Formats: sequence, C-alpha cells, structure tokens
Amino acid sequence: MNFRLLVSISGSLLLARLKQTIVAAVGVTFSITMFVTLLSFMSGLNDLLDGLIVNRTAHIRLYNEIKPSDFQPINLSASFKSYHNFISSVKPKKERLQIYNNAVIMDFLKADQRVSGIAPKITTQVFYNVASIDLSGVINGIDVEAENKLFLFQDYVTDGNYIDLKNTPNSIILGKGLAAKILANIGDIIQITTAKGERMQLKVVGYFQSGLQDIDNAQSYASINTTQKLLGESGTYITDIQIKLKDIALAPELAKEYQKLFDLDAIDIQTANSQFETGSSVRTLISYSVGITLLIVAGFGIYNILNMMIYEKMDSIAILKATGFSGKDVNQIFIGIALTIGIFGGILGLILGFGLSVAIDHIPFNTAALPTIKTYPINYNPRFYMIGAVFSIVTTYFAGYFPSRKASKIDPVIIIRGK
Amino acid sequence: MDQIILEAKGVSKYFHDPITVKVLTDVNFSINRGDFVSVIGKSGCGKSTLLYILSTMDTDYSGHIIIDGETMRDKNEADLARVRNEKIGFVFQFHYLLNEFSVLKNVMLPGLKLGKYSVKEIEHRAYEKLKILGIESEALKKPNQVSGGQKQRIAIARALINDPLILMGDEPTGNLDKKNSEIVFDIFKELAEVYNQSLLIVTHDNEFALRTDRIIEMEDGRIISV
Ligand SMILES: Nc1ncnc2c1ncn2[C@@H]1O[C@H](COP(=O)(O)OP(=O)(O)OP(=O)(O)O)[C@@H](O)[C@H]1O
Ligand SMILES: [Mg+2]
Repeated sequence: MNFRLLVSISGSLLLARLKQTIVAAVGVTFSITMFVTLLSFMSGLNDLLDGLIVNRTAHIRLYNEIKPSDFQPINLSASFKSYHNFISSVKPKKERLQIYNNAVIMDFLKADQRVSGIAPKITTQVFYNVASIDLSGVINGIDVEAENKLFLFQDYVTDGNYIDLKNTPNSIILGKGLAAKILANIGDIIQITTAKGERMQLKVVGYFQSGLQDIDNAQSYASINTTQKLLGESGTYITDIQIKLKDIALAPELAKEYQKLFDLDAIDIQTANSQFETGSSVRTLISYSVGITLLIVAGFGIYNILNMMIYEKMDSIAILKATGFSGKDVNQIFIGIALTIGIFGGILGLILGFGLSVAIDHIPFNTAALPTIKTYPINYNPRFYMIGAVFSIVTTYFAGYFPSRKASKIDPVIIIRGK
Repeated sequence: MDQIILEAKGVSKYFHDPITVKVLTDVNFSINRGDFVSVIGKSGCGKSTLLYILSTMDTDYSGHIIIDGETMRDKNEADLARVRNEKIGFVFQFHYLLNEFSVLKNVMLPGLKLGKYSVKEIEHRAYEKLKILGIESEALKKPNQVSGGQKQRIAIARALINDPLILMGDEPTGNLDKKNSEIVFDIFKELAEVYNQSLLIVTHDNEFALRTDRIIEMEDGRIISV
C-alpha cells in the first residue's frame, strides 16, 4: 500500500516534468546504446581477429629445428668436467628436418584424449620459374582433408575447388598474390625448382587468400604426396605435425610435455601469437571505459534533473512531511524517480543497442584480407546486455542517492516559515 | 467528562542563529477534546514557533509535548511522522496543494499514507469532507484551477481526512478576503459544534478570536492568559 502510494507519487512528479525526464532518460538510453553496440562490435572484431589466428594456426606444432647441439664433445671428457668450457664457431649438426617415426607419433596423438585432431605437413623452399626469373617461395604439402577439417582450408581457397588438390595428381593451389605475379591462371602448368635443383611441373587448380600479404605472395599448397615426390623423399617424409586441442588453454603445458616425450621441438599458439591476446584485451578495455564514461555522464544528467526537481518541489516535500510522510518515504519517492529514468532509459538503450548492432551487422565489409567476411562483425553476447542493464540501474541509483537524501532531510518548518 | 488531548509542559525554545534568543519561555497549557481554541499575540511573539513544536515538526525544544497521553520526546522521525499523519491536521496560511494531483487526490494523500482504509473508502471519505466544506464539485479539478478561498478549503479537507485528534491552523485565513475568511471561520465553528472537532488556531484577527471558545494570549514567548 505504502509502496504503491510512493510509486504513484514518483510517477506523478515524473509526468509533471516530462520533458526534463525524457532528456535525462535519453541520456541513459544513448549511453546504454553506445555501450552495448561498442562492446558487441569490438568483441565481434576481436573474435574475427582471433579467429584469423586461432582457426588457421595449430595449437601445437611439432617440428625439427636446425640448431647447434647443446651437448658438445668436450662435455664427454672427464678431465674437463669441472671446467667452464668456451667453444667458439659452433655449427649446427647435420640433421634432417624430417620427423622420424611420425606414424607412431601420430597414432599416439590420435589416441590422446586431449587432442581434437592432427594434420601432418611438409614445408619446403622452392623457386617458381617464370621465363628466366626464379621467384623464391614456400610450398606447404598438406593432407588436404585433415587440413580442411582442422583449419577450414576451403574457406581460403577463393577460386577453384580445394579437393582438386587431392584428386588431381601433381596439382598446386597458389597464393593469390603469387598467382598474379607469375601470371598463372587456373588450369595452367607452372614449373618449379626445389632447393636441391629438382624440377617439376605442377597444374594450378586454385588460388587461396589467407588475408596475410606475405603468405599470399609467396606460398602455395600441394598435397603431401606431390611434395614428397617433389623432394624425392619416401612416403613417410613429413616435417611438421600440427595439433589441435580440445582446450586451447592447455597448449603451453602440452607443448612442453610432447617436446620431452618425442624429443622434437614444439611451439604452442600462445607463445607464437602473444601479441594478439594483448590487442584483444586492450580493445575490450577501451570499449568498457568508453561505455562506463558515457554512463557516468548520463548519471550526472540524472543527478541534475533530480536536484532541480527537488529544488522546485520544496513546497510539496514540506507538505508531504507535514502531513505524515517520513524522510524515508520522501527518499524513496525520489529514488523511485531516478530508477524509473534508469530502467526506462536502460531498456530502450538495450533495444536500440541491439538494433544498432544488427544494422552494423548488415553493413557490407569487403576486404581482400578477409575473404570469408562479408559484413562488419558483431558478437551478440547476452552478457553485454546484462552488464548494460546492471550498469544503468546502478548509475541511476547512485545519481539519485544524494539528491534523494537531500530531499529526505528537508525541514518542513524552514520551508513553511519561508512563505 | 473533559479529556485532555494535547498538553504543553514547560516548553521553552531558543534560536541560536545569528545570536541566541529565547523565543518561548516555560509554556504550559492543555486542550480538551472538542475545544475550539485561538492563539493571539503581537507579531513575533512566538505563536508560529509554538505551533510548529506542538505539531511535532520542530523537535528542537525543551519541556514536554503530550499528545493523546504520549510524550513526543522519545519518538524518532518516522514515529513523529506517523503521529502527524494520524492525529494532527494542519492548515497553513499558504495552502501547499500539489499541482500534480487532482483536488480529490490531494485530499486523499494523507489517508493513503495512513492506509487504514481501502482506496475506495478513502475516496468516499474525501468526498464527504469536500461536501462538508461545500466544494465537492471541484473534486476532479487541478488545484491551480480553483480560487484562493477554495484552495484553503481543500487544505482544510486534507487536514481532516484522517479524522485528526486536533486541527491546527497558523493564520489559515491570513491570505483570504473578508468573505472567504468568514466562510472558513463558519466551517471551523461547524466542525467544533457539529463534529466535536478540537481546533487550535493562531490568528491576528481579534474578532475571529472572540468568537472561539477560548483564547490563549501570548507576549514575548510567554502565555499571559489562557
Ligand atoms: N529560524 C529563526 N532563526 C532565528 N530567529 C527566528 C527564527 N524563526 C523565528 N525567529 C524569531 O522567533 C520569534 C518568533 O517568531 P514566530 O514566527 O514564532 O512569531 P509569530 O508570533 O508567529 O509572528 P507572526 O504573528 O508575525 O507570524 C521572532 O522574533 C523571530 O524573529
Ligand atoms: Mg507566525
């Protein structure tokens, strides 16, 4: 009863000052709209950029690195055991890039519960021969199906069909930039030379576009078999094993484990791409700060209108108190006004924020760098809406707190004497 | 049998700003149920001050105020608000009506706050009070759509909505012309005689005072005759 009475008084005071109320509510609406839109957009962008890396990069990559041995012959000598030995001009030992026993390793990995998939790979340096010019580049020999399952290979093959790489013998998919450089069309035969001087002719079955210029201008894909033939290696030759995990967070830990277990080099995605995580968190931080700043500004708007209202309604407050409303009642009436502004402004802000997000989601965004993206990215995470709703209520409550307290402390005698 | 409903015992009050002055000195008196009492005295002698203390709005005094057998000394702000709501009706020189609400809702507000009756019943009672004051036809207007005399009568109706123990007035006719003052006085008289309502009215109008049951005369913060 009392509560309903206070609410109805709040409502009447609000309606009597409808214009200012609307202005204050619009402030909240605007800030919540921007807050939600900004976060959805930024988060969409983050997901997109993360996806760029996460979708295409192995969580863990196993390989052999050519490097000098940590263990030099002098270490074997008992007489120099207690010495600190300086050795100059150490050279890398003759070691092959091949991963030995890779079939066993791959079987082991497939059985590991934490692994969601693996794809073998060969990376090798080649020269693309165009007339009398040799362009250097890289061929990635891939297991076409595994690569597609793990890294959505087909998304990046913009012309031609990715599966032709498997079905057509001696075929190649060129980076888009590279194809333009060597003037190769789909169906053409190009010639390449390996580092060891072997020559081979390959048929172009498609172009791919990864979005990273450096890659698109120099790299191309061939099937593992083709690459093995190219290198003159046996059917067991591979240089990399790419691993995807069920939980990406485990990558650094598992990388260490596999490194020990298989006596190979292992690098995890977090170590390889630490700059991306930093970028994401900075973008998120910026969106939150802008959103919260807007809300605080809106809060001051509410603070102002309430102060003005209280100043105008001194007489009404005095008579309410004279006729038996307590300070607490008066306080609740004004808090009620603040919250009404906050709730209505907030709800409208959430709706408009959603609308604006949808609108942005439909704006065409075509960039050569991101072939799969057609419109601006938006992340419709309900969490942003929850945070927006909570923030709008919390800020309006605090904006209303001090004016309401002031109103509740008004001494009716002073007002009535003043008349 | 006379029942004391309001009593002041040794009430004194100081103002400290800008200098300490004593505006009420040892005020003692009591009012019985059904009394129609007027308070007179020169301007500045402390009538309004006394009334604010009696109405529980001003708590900065020494001595005791006893309303309906209870001292107001050890009550907190919320309790005092409740006492004002339930037991005291107040009419000021200015009407203090809320323009956001209709005349009827203005009258109903203290009743709704008390919450003793249903909304329907409070509305019905508000109409009754307006009828006693002869302004039921104005019920659905906004306060700024009625005349000054009518406004003051609405304020009286509002003061009466919870059937207060006592109706207090601080120069309730001070802003009204002769004719309207006359109407208001007649209403007070009727309330006292027909409805046995107790009234305590501060006035400058000696003619008005002479027609009440009892006159309390003040001078320099003291009561000189009861
Ligand atoms: N807030 C205040 N601070 C200091 N002195 C005050 C204050 N309010 C009133 N006074 C003083 O207290 C005295 C009594 O004032 P009060 O308003 O009670 O007089 P009153 O009898 O109602 O006069 P009037 O008939 O003109 O209304 C006056 O001398 C006034 O100057
Ligand atoms: Mg006075």
